[in-house]
Amino acid sequence: MNTKTLTTWRALNSALTDILRDTPEAFIMGEDITSWGTGGGIHGVTRKLAKEFGAERVRDTPISEEVLISAAVGAAMRGSRPILEIMYSDFSFLGFDGIINQAAKSRYMFGGQFDCPLVIRTNGGSGVGKAGQHSQSLETLFAHIPGLEVAVPGTPADAYGLLRTAVKSDNPTIFLEHKNTYYDKGELDFRPVPFGQARIAREGTDVTVVATQQLLTRSLVAAERLQAEHGVSAEVIDPRTLYPFDMETVLTSVRKTRHLVVAHEAVRDYGWGAEVASTVVEQAWAELDAPPVRLGGARTPIPYSEPLENAVIPGVDQVFDALREVRKAGKL
Amino acid sequence: MAHFDFNQQGLDGLKMMSMIRQFESRMPILSEEGLIRGSTHPSVGMEAVATGVSLALGPQDSIASNHRGHAHCLARGADPARTMAEILGRRDGYGGGKGGSMHIGVSELGILGTNGIVGAGIGLATGAALAAQIQGTDAVSVVYFGDGASNQGVMSEAFNLAAIWQLPVVFVCENNHYAQSAPIEKMIAQPDLKQRGLAYGVPSVDVDGMSLGETYTAAAEGVERARQGRGPSFIIADTYRYLGHMAGDTEIYRKKDEVEQWKAKDPIARLAAELLDAGVLTMPDWEEIQIEAVRIVQEAEEFARNSAFPDPAEATQDVYKKEVPA
Repeated sequence: MNTKTLTTWRALNSALTDILRDTPEAFIMGEDITSWGTGGGIHGVTRKLAKEFGAERVRDTPISEEVLISAAVGAAMRGSRPILEIMYSDFSFLGFDGIINQAAKSRYMFGGQFDCPLVIRTNGGSGVGKAGQHSQSLETLFAHIPGLEVAVPGTPADAYGLLRTAVKSDNPTIFLEHKNTYYDKGELDFRPVPFGQARIAREGTDVTVVATQQLLTRSLVAAERLQAEHGVSAEVIDPRTLYPFDMETVLTSVRKTRHLVVAHEAVRDYGWGAEVASTVVEQAWAELDAPPVRLGGARTPIPYSEPLENAVIPGVDQVFDALREVRKAGKL
Repeated sequence: MAHFDFNQQGLDGLKMMSMIRQFESRMPILSEEGLIRGSTHPSVGMEAVATGVSLALGPQDSIASNHRGHAHCLARGADPARTMAEILGRRDGYGGGKGGSMHIGVSELGILGTNGIVGAGIGLATGAALAAQIQGTDAVSVVYFGDGASNQGVMSEAFNLAAIWQLPVVFVCENNHYAQSAPIEKMIAQPDLKQRGLAYGVPSVDVDGMSLGETYTAAAEGVERARQGRGPSFIIADTYRYLGHMAGDTEIYRKKDEVEQWKAKDPIARLAAELLDAGVLTMPDWEEIQIEAVRIVQEAEEFARNSAFPDPAEATQDVYKKEVPA
């Protein structure tokens, strides 16, 4: 099989190249996507695409999120497959009418007459000092809206594979990258990754941790430490898409390990971790040895200063402690 | 310069406007009877705009509409019976009862929906135009919005985007002088709305929205410009709604005199008089057109009233497409 080691941003660039080559209905638009930095947006993801595919299909836009999002919806309803880059997910709020009132309801309200094959690519997350308006983790918010699909790739392979699937999907997809993972490296086999199929990132027997993106990376580090220091074997699950969500893989794992920790960057209160914990309690209560534990962002905006930013998002230590504690709390 | 074929388009337009008048006049009555849930916004008095614009469109074109959108759909060719069924929340409605008055979409007619969000259609139509441009078709899109919606930021953003990319879109503002209950004079600092289009490099024109011919001519020019790849245009049609903002509106915000003054400019009576004067229409023909309009709407209403309510099990269908892509 053809495999390669690439960074996330190169994996995304590779996916977009392949998509534009084999999907004539697809086009890309966004702010500063052809002539900034490396010649491909703020993270290089769209590098060289305009050169290969032309200004018709790879479009630099004015700074106008509201019309860009709603126009992408209109284009999707008329047979195109727009891939819209929103520079930071925080800016999507300027176009929430297009996402929530239009895209998410364009099939339902008209009785199933319209497809809306729109992909909004954007990035969320903390870790690089971008502060309150460039670092939010909005995945829960999007996952809450009926009609939207939400992808949260945590590896270069998933970034490639999930983006291929997102563009093929006839539903509007929020494709939420993590700004602190663009330079992570990983092995790619260049295959599409289906939505709604979680990946077991590390097999284990004693405790299950469900985590995405930066928290996935931190959970894997914490799991190795837990193994080394306490001989406890953690199974790490990356759901890869929050809607659809692969609850079966989580339940199967929890039935084996009897312990659950959910870790995400989205604010913990009312976050998607609560949904997972609650479902596991409802469906596997008798098979749990301890109450599930949720880790998530503090109920604050993301601060600028490094020690402050580190204080509001769970780090490796917090995941490690949570895994150890939930094991100690074992036997209800 | 687009030519209005007075004889043919005048007659076709008169028939359509008469039918829309009948259709929309039923709204307050059906609402009173409890058959329409939520709100419905009739456009009695504004028939010439939807009809004139629609006469300028071809089958490949698309429209985006607003909360006061029944006329836009009907003039575009939507079946009055299925439109009525949707307004009554029935299974045979275009959305199977999921949308209602404010969410009537018809894919095969390129109707991207009436819309419950003021100004939202402006972005959708801009996107439909973008799709046409990228797909290399000569399809044009039109959006109808009101004077109130012209204050939404999306209009300015759309004007700029459509102008820099020369998108094939015609922006049609139906200036009926009220944003719900707020008079335009109090809500728009620059009452000459075409200045807003001109400021973004969008050719902009005022028309008498009570005249089918004038509206058609402006729309045909805009559509032609768009089809030739010469970009967007903006039409401001001066018009008026005889009824309230929605069924049940007390209308305490305007004087009866004002309504009467506008009724004196009625687009249907005026066109009928012109056609009679010109000898294109005879009095018996005109009576027949009115009787036919009543008949079409009565049949539509009967169809809608007899259409079953959807099964509650359908409530959770159509949120996502079920087929999984290969």
